[in-house]
This record gives sequence, C-alpha cells and structure tokens, in this order.
Amino acid sequence: MRTKVSLFFLIVICLILQCTLMPAISIASVTPNLMISFTVSFGLMRGKKSGMLIGFFSGLLMDMMCMVLGYYVVGFRAFIYMYIGYLCGYCYQIFYDDDVKMPVLLTAAGDLIYGLVVYTLQFLLRGRVDFFFYLKRIIIPEMIYTVLVTLVLYRVFLFLNNKIEKTAKRSVDSFV
Amino acid sequence: MKKNTIEEHTKSKLILFFLSLFCGIMIIASFALEFTNSPLKDAVGVVLTPIQSGINQVGGWFSGKMDYFEDNLKLVAQNEELKSQVDQLTVENTQLLQDKDELNSLRDLYELDHKYETYEKVGARVISKDDSSNWFSTFTIDKGTNDGLAVDMNVMSGAGLVGIITDVGPNWATVRSIIDDYSNVSAQITETEDTCIIAGDLSLTDEGTVRLVKLNDPNSKAKVGDTVVTSQISDIFLPGILIGYISEIGVDSNNLTSSGLVSTVVDFKDIKEVLVIKNLKQKAE
Repeated sequence: MRTKVSLFFLIVICLILQCTLMPAISIASVTPNLMISFTVSFGLMRGKKSGMLIGFFSGLLMDMMCMVLGYYVVGFRAFIYMYIGYLCGYCYQIFYDDDVKMPVLLTAAGDLIYGLVVYTLQFLLRGRVDFFFYLKRIIIPEMIYTVLVTLVLYRVFLFLNNKIEKTAKRSVDSFV
Repeated sequence: MKKNTIEEHTKSKLILFFLSLFCGIMIIASFALEFTNSPLKDAVGVVLTPIQSGINQVGGWFSGKMDYFEDNLKLVAQNEELKSQVDQLTVENTQLLQDKDELNSLRDLYELDHKYETYEKVGARVISKDDSSNWFSTFTIDKGTNDGLAVDMNVMSGAGLVGIITDVGPNWATVRSIIDDYSNVSAQITETEDTCIIAGDLSLTDEGTVRLVKLNDPNSKAKVGDTVVTSQISDIFLPGILIGYISEIGVDSNNLTSSGLVSTVVDFKDIKEVLVIKNLKQKAE
C-alpha cells in the first residue's frame, strides 16, 4: 500500500514537472517527455505489472492534463504509455539496475513509438502527409532530448526506487 | 515457485487486457460524450494552475534579472532610434486623427454605425505554453470565469489576433492560438474585401506564418503585403481584428480559388500577456 501511494505521488510530481519545468528548459521549442522516461525506467526496475500500472496512470493523468488544454481524447495516452511500461517490464529479468544503456535505449524506442502513434492518429489522419518534416522537426529531436533527460535523471529514479523497495521490505520484516 | 510465476504472468496479462478495454471505452466515450463540463477537469485545472503560475513567477524573476544586466549601449542606441520614430509617428498620428474626425462626422451624416466599436478588454498573463508536448500550440492564461471569461472569447496581443478561448475554469482559461494545427479562422483581405480561411499548420510554426486557403479571388487582385483581418461572417471571431500580412499568394490548381501564406503580426514565440475581448460575437439563435 505504502509503495503504491509513494509511486502515485512520484507520478504526480513528474506530471507537475512535465507541465512546468520541462517547457521552461525546452530547446528550439522541443520539450523532453519526462513521463516516458519515468515509465520506462520504473518499468525496467520493477517489472511488467508495475510498469504497466505506472504507465497507465501516467498516461491517464497526461490525458486529463490535455483535457484541460482542450484535446478531449481520454484514454489515448493511457493506452500507449501502458503498453510501453508493459513491454519495458519484459526486460526486467535481463537487466542490471545500474546499467544505464538499457533505459536509454528503451526510452529512445518508447518515445519514438509515442511520436509515431501521435503523428499517425492526430496528423496523418487529417491529411498531413509530410511525414519526414514531422520526423525531423519533432519526433527525432524530442527523442534525443528525452534520452538526455533520462541519462541525467536515471540515477535519481534508481535512488527513489531503491528507497521505496527498502521501505517496503522493512515494513514486511517488522510485520513478521 | 514455478507455478507462482506462471500465475503472476497470467494475472498481469489479465490486468493488461482489462485496462486496454477500459482505455478503448474511454476513447470512444470521449468522442461520443462531451467532457467539457466535467468536474474532474475543473479539479485538475484548479490544482495545477497555482503551481504553474508560481513556477512561472520564479522563472520570470530569473529572466528579469538577466535582462537587467543587458548591454547598456544597446539600450541607448535603441532609445535614440525610438525617439526619432516617435517624432515621425506623432506627425502621422495628428494627420490620422484629423482624418478620423472627418470620417466620423461623415459617418454621422450617413447615420452609419461606427465600424469598430470599442470592445471591452481584460488583460491576462500566460502561465503555461503548449500542452507540454510538442504537437500543439495552446496555452493557459491565469483568468477564468471568476473574471467573467467564457468560451469563444477572442484573445489578442498588441494589435493582432492570438486565438480563441476553447475552455475555461474558475481561475484559468485555455487559448488555442491561430497557428495551432486544428485552428481555422474565417478572414478577409482588407484591400479587396474577399473572404478566405486562415488555417494554422504545425509545419509553418517556425516561420511564424499561417496558411491562407480558399480565397475567392477570380481576378487575382490580392497581392503580397495586403492586410488580412477577421471577417464579418465568422461565427465566433469579431470582425476587423488584424491577423497579419500576405507574404505569398498564388492561384490554386482548380483556377477558382487562391491560397498562400500570411505572416502573423503577433510573435507567438514570445507571448507573456494577452488581452481577452469580453464581447462575444452576436449569434443568430
């Protein structure tokens, strides 16, 4: 329970940072996607089920945020983020926590998928066919910037996750 | 142990299946139903707005300090230049004022309504730009229904049209700018009085231009440099608000309509304060 509550709080904090800090540090009006980075990292560190739920709630909160901004498709980001978290959970067993290569690679892949899905559903279907423009101007820069953010923040995520796991273990021990 | 893992595996697959189903239903529901007035959304807005405006103030303070140390010489030179510009503009202004008086008296003679009544405006601060992803051009301002704002009010910055309020909460409102990919504005060219549509396009955002389409101009009278303003026939935009100037124009392949590009008068990269016009366009019920 305690783990769940602290994870939920982390998601909310990430969302607030995504809405405030991330636009402030955007370069050439490209904003990094902190939520993808968060979902991928925690999916990798905690496994399939956890990654899936974290992705789902991150996406759902992002959807609500976007609802405030006037794009009313709720469940759309929740769906993408959930699958990204779930697929990252598959790498849980073959992954050492302090290896930074894996999260970086998966973040890149996750953000690429996210960009492609958003482009296809919200732009291609309305007849914006200049795919390479969107790839060059938005999808690839966002991916690179998100990877950089992951490189910096992964240590922080790792520390937070260790803390959460340690607390959970201690409370179980004291219970027994 | 082995059985346990398998059970865990199926369980997580089951959850995945149900959550996917939930997402699907939500997506369909959000197309079928209007979520515009949900209390949930209001709650998100009410919680996030103060946090955003707080962090924005911190950022603004820092950038203000940076600006303070800006090169002094540059400011002096700029001052000189502006002074000469003021002189020039004063002369022009006196002439224009005289013209305006004459025009008004002539209009009174003809008993015409004054074309641009003075709209009631309220200033607001931009507290967050983008939907924090890179695909859209909307922003949030720090006033809402508490200050008398409502959906469909026009938003200006300086002399030009910025966009329209699409959503409003107690202490915030969302503005969709005219450069957003989803935006379409009914407009007309002042010189020729032909109507057209101004459509935002993400691929033109960097150049600060918007697309001009469906211009009904059989004699190709419109030329580069002409002024584009909102039209009389728009449902939601008030007439006569400046949008920008034509920077490119050409006849479409159907030989009936023209299209081109319009460079906006508002610099969308650098919007900090906006003016919201509190008058709504009159509608036929």
